[in-house]
Amino acid sequence: MKEIIRAAVAILIICGVLFYVNNQLDKSSGRSGSDTISVYNWGEYIDPELVERFEEETGITVVYETFDSNEAMMTKIEQGGTSYDVAMPSEYAIEKMKENDLLIPIDHSKVPNLSNIDPYFLDLPFDPGNEYSIPYFWGTVGIAFNPKLLDGQTFESWEDLWDPSLKQEVILVDGAREVMGMGLNTLGYSLNTKDEQQLQEATDKLKTLSPNIKAIIGDEIVETMRRSEAAVALVWSGQAADIMYVNEDIDYAVPKEGSNLWFDNMIIPKTAANVEGAHKFINFMLDPEVAAQNADYVGYSTPNEQAIELMDPEVTGDERFYPTEEMRERLEVYKNLGLETLGKYNELFLEFKMDAQ
Amino acid sequence: MNRSSKLSKVYLALVFIILYTPIFYLIFYSFNSGGTMSSFKSFSLEHYKAVFADTRLIMILINTIIIALLSALISTAIGVIGAIGIVYLKNRKSRNALLSLNNVLIVSPDVIIGASFLILFTMVGVKLGFASVLISHIAFSVPIVVIMVLPKLQEMSSTLIDAALDLGASKREVLSRVIIPYIKPGIFAGFFLALTYSLDDFAVTFFVTGNGFTTLSVEIYSMARAGITLTINALSGLLFIVTLLLVLGYYFVTNRTKNPLRTGVPK
Amino acid sequence: MQNNTNRSYYLVPYFGWMMLFVIAPLVLVIYFSLFDLHGNFSFINYQNFFTSVYLKLTLSSFWYAFLITAFTLAIAYPTAYWLTKTKHKQLWLLLIIIPSWINLLLKTYAFIGIFGVKGPLNKLFESMGIGTQQILYTDFSFIFVSVYIFIPFMILPIFNSLDKMNPTLIDAARDLGSSTWTTFTKVIFPLTINGVKSGIQAVFIPSLSLFMITRLIAGNKVITLGTAIEQQFLVTRNWGMGSTIAVFLIMFMVIIMILTGQKDKGALSNEQIK
Repeated sequence: MKEIIRAAVAILIICGVLFYVNNQLDKSSGRSGSDTISVYNWGEYIDPELVERFEEETGITVVYETFDSNEAMMTKIEQGGTSYDVAMPSEYAIEKMKENDLLIPIDHSKVPNLSNIDPYFLDLPFDPGNEYSIPYFWGTVGIAFNPKLLDGQTFESWEDLWDPSLKQEVILVDGAREVMGMGLNTLGYSLNTKDEQQLQEATDKLKTLSPNIKAIIGDEIVETMRRSEAAVALVWSGQAADIMYVNEDIDYAVPKEGSNLWFDNMIIPKTAANVEGAHKFINFMLDPEVAAQNADYVGYSTPNEQAIELMDPEVTGDERFYPTEEMRERLEVYKNLGLETLGKYNELFLEFKMDAQ
Repeated sequence: MNRSSKLSKVYLALVFIILYTPIFYLIFYSFNSGGTMSSFKSFSLEHYKAVFADTRLIMILINTIIIALLSALISTAIGVIGAIGIVYLKNRKSRNALLSLNNVLIVSPDVIIGASFLILFTMVGVKLGFASVLISHIAFSVPIVVIMVLPKLQEMSSTLIDAALDLGASKREVLSRVIIPYIKPGIFAGFFLALTYSLDDFAVTFFVTGNGFTTLSVEIYSMARAGITLTINALSGLLFIVTLLLVLGYYFVTNRTKNPLRTGVPK
Repeated sequence: MQNNTNRSYYLVPYFGWMMLFVIAPLVLVIYFSLFDLHGNFSFINYQNFFTSVYLKLTLSSFWYAFLITAFTLAIAYPTAYWLTKTKHKQLWLLLIIIPSWINLLLKTYAFIGIFGVKGPLNKLFESMGIGTQQILYTDFSFIFVSVYIFIPFMILPIFNSLDKMNPTLIDAARDLGSSTWTTFTKVIFPLTINGVKSGIQAVFIPSLSLFMITRLIAGNKVITLGTAIEQQFLVTRNWGMGSTIAVFLIMFMVIIMILTGQKDKGALSNEQIK
């Protein structure tokens, strides 16, 4: 008994000391200012230097929190109890959040830097007139492949994934929309289809890919491809950029049948406590110099025209990551399918995964 | 005897090597000047410098440790009491029912626990942050403590307690002088595994946290999309070394004071 | 009786915990499971559970949970047994637990590296002349990593049961001429049965709902009920179906508890002697 009490007391003392240390750190980092905004973003999806610069320029303290999926983020904002002022969800999440009345309209007069954004990325179907969202980064879905592991094979068509020589070589990203979309695109259908017949056909088509599938994984694709562990992977362009940053052998292609065009955007959730500060932050991130530095750090494609001017032309001239307008014609943005159809997509995807075992 | 002791040493060595391999792998790459765990470029301490330069990360680490220690401590107290309560239930059916309820949180996936706790907290009006995270960690650690303490309680023969009671010990004395000392290994096992639960948890914490409060797990998981930095490796390496030193230090200090008593027992 | 009131007073925190964090969420989950996507009351989710996909998932979840538990036990028991024979056994035991305090996702990433085609393990295989093997995304890697995660949960209770065992019992059995094996099966193992049971509970039950490892290490070639629930909650946002699967998962757990509880003679006989 004595030993247990002694251990308990020791733990309490340690906690007390740690509390004190944390408080001191908190004070010294000056995070307890009165004017704060809370930013909710994917991990490692912003250059921390820019956050510091924003704090210095405006005197607003930034509390930075992270999430790992759109859906989890939405659940948090929906339930309340928190006060996020700015968040960076993907476009299909914005549609849902709009439906559920979770967003505050953005006052364009407070975001003059909006004019820096390429008009192509404004006024998109998921948010007409950019009432609620401002583009942050964008990209495509395509195939990352390692020519060194393949005999000169290229991927101009989704059909190329079905090549018998790729036995156990293909990695898919674990996303129902992405994989089902690939199946639909291969057959020439829209990746927003609600037609059950087309969905079933796509599933049957996908099932014939089973022998080629090595794994269906998430963000670990990046590490796997970097190590040249697999020859081919279905990825988001951002992941492809991350892979190529380390492994220069890898190439990336968007097949000719078409694919998905995605956006991550800045929004102000209903929970915001400092709407004024949120506008300042969004405007700051749209500054050409800031956006360029951020794009350099994160490695994704920026929609900021003026920033592109400031960046290395070798990066921004790369048509794999900055496709021309003509190439973008073939791409589709995800539409909110509604819970029922989304459920159908997931069910068929699960069926496909079970089949791939 | 000799052969079996050799075999046992080889076996244990193997188990320990496997347990520590991934950790040494992580530490090895924390010295990589390249930014990733895929190819080792050259030796560098830059990631360790980055750890000390990042106050936010250090604060998150301290939060994580405080939550882990406190939640393990409190859940151990609750769990021990619960286990004692369960064992001394007369009715076997209600004992089984209680044990089943006890294990509900172990079988429930974290997403469900997290979502339902979040609903609970917002309904009651608890401000999301340190308190809600601490309470949640206590909540999901209690069952593992119960499971760890139960076998010791079941092994304890009731004659021991009866004898103590016959000798005039009060209920309280029985608890503190007989029961608790006997189940002490179970209590420590429960505490350590509650620590493990707390340090590993991502999903529940994610849902119930807010207002700037984060733990290391949440931070690491949300980094996955853009790639986990080697700073985290360096941090984990440091944490591992410090823990190891603390454990070794504590063990040898307490053992030196105890040794004279122990060596008196002939083998 | 003074004794009784005294006892229930001690139990307040535990039952308070149970009401707030077990019963309340349980009621919530059952409530959610009774609504379809449009918020209408219906049993459609329960009906859907009995489609082939979910039944198949249930079977495969149980099969893998069984395999994981069996291997964990097979590895943990000798470890715990020999640990009790070492000189600084408490220290060694702590050293078993320490690795579990390093973040799981990080360790999993380490395993991805170690098991990879170009990883150190395959380098070793090559130097031994076995040749490169695909280790990642197989049943083997999945079970290996799961066992790795769960091993402390099995070793601790078994160690505790073995540790305080009266050595004279074993000596007595030996003196009576029983072989090492008989001593083990007839004397040692039955005395540690409670510890083993605790270990099995601490491993089997959570491995029914494993989800992260199924993707990271098994590449979704293993899918469990936990994966399905996670998908329903986070991707489809169909909380009704997710809750329904959870209800079944909890029911399966209760059945296991009742089945293993029946053999719970050890504690019972104590009570009966009273």
